[in-house]
Amino acid sequence: MKTVKIILLILLVAFVGIQFIPTESNQTDIVPVTDFLLVNNVPNNIKNKLQLSCYDCHSNNTKYPWYNKIQPVAWFLEEHIKDGKKELNFSEWGSLTIRRKTSKLRSIIKQIEGNKMPLDSYTLIHRDAKLSESEKKLLIEYMSDLKENLNN
Amino acid sequence: MKKVKLVTTIIVMAFISLTAMSCKDAKKEHNNDEGHNTEMNHDNSDGHHDSDKKEMAMNSNQDGNAEIILKDYFNLKDALVVDDEAKAKKIGASLEKSLENLDVSKYTDAQKLELKDIILDAKEHAEHISKSPIAHQREHFKVLSKDIIDMVAITGASNKLYEQYCPMYEKGSAWLSMNKEVRNPYYGSKMLKCGKVQREIN
Repeated sequence: MKTVKIILLILLVAFVGIQFIPTESNQTDIVPVTDFLLVNNVPNNIKNKLQLSCYDCHSNNTKYPWYNKIQPVAWFLEEHIKDGKKELNFSEWGSLTIRRKTSKLRSIIKQIEGNKMPLDSYTLIHRDAKLSESEKKLLIEYMSDLKENLNN
Repeated sequence: MKKVKLVTTIIVMAFISLTAMSCKDAKKEHNNDEGHNTEMNHDNSDGHHDSDKKEMAMNSNQDGNAEIILKDYFNLKDALVVDDEAKAKKIGASLEKSLENLDVSKYTDAQKLELKDIILDAKEHAEHISKSPIAHQREHFKVLSKDIIDMVAITGASNKLYEQYCPMYEKGSAWLSMNKEVRNPYYGSKMLKCGKVQREIN
């Protein structure tokens, strides 16, 4: 019984302890001029959907849920956002070359088409981030048009 | 004392369930996205890095770097022709390294800029190829091929190359080959000889 108590105490201390380790917050006040929405003058219906379904992990501005205040959740989200931004960062869209934009647009279209994005683990909590069939079609059409126009 | 114990238990339970939850999510993640198995990739690319270096040393050709990229590219193409996903993964990792090693110093500023752009893009496709199932490898091979074709336009190649074209795959897709005979990397055994030579280079 005594050892159980000690183990529990250690776990408690560890749990409390990790709460003090800082994480990097992915938030900026200004929207950079290179932002996808600005560069392409994206219409409102698409803009809202992108912000709701993609921007948490694919931009420099995350709308954090309350549980991000608790470790180890914050670490997990931080890692996630880092990975997401590595693949695609909408905030830096304007700084990409035509070649890179073409590549990224192709990937965006493929990911939406294949139901790979937004991630299931994300839409499980963010129900409103889920894309309906018509929303998917809308986004794919928009991205395809952008891609066509890049190469002209 | 009883109260303390109860509180401790609750906190520990919460901690354990949170940890378990995030683990589960993380696992799901790995299945869902295009794969971020960096550990495996590191092993692969490191292994290949050494062999690349050896080959580089043996290659007295001035365009040694670009030639190594092409060699990996053709090996990758051949792996896709024979539907070999595992081999394509390995070569994808190796190609990623070869691309990184391209020495652009002898080119003009404009060419440097374009080559860097090509390399950055191609590297990403190679990385995805090194971690993805074959259907996805082929999607990336399409864009990779465009990058490599553009690269050859600047670096040239020591061998005669054939730009080949399959009108069926994703509204038409090109690739490079050292042989005139068409062996289709986009369909493999399903449509091995589908396609045509659309350009001869050199």
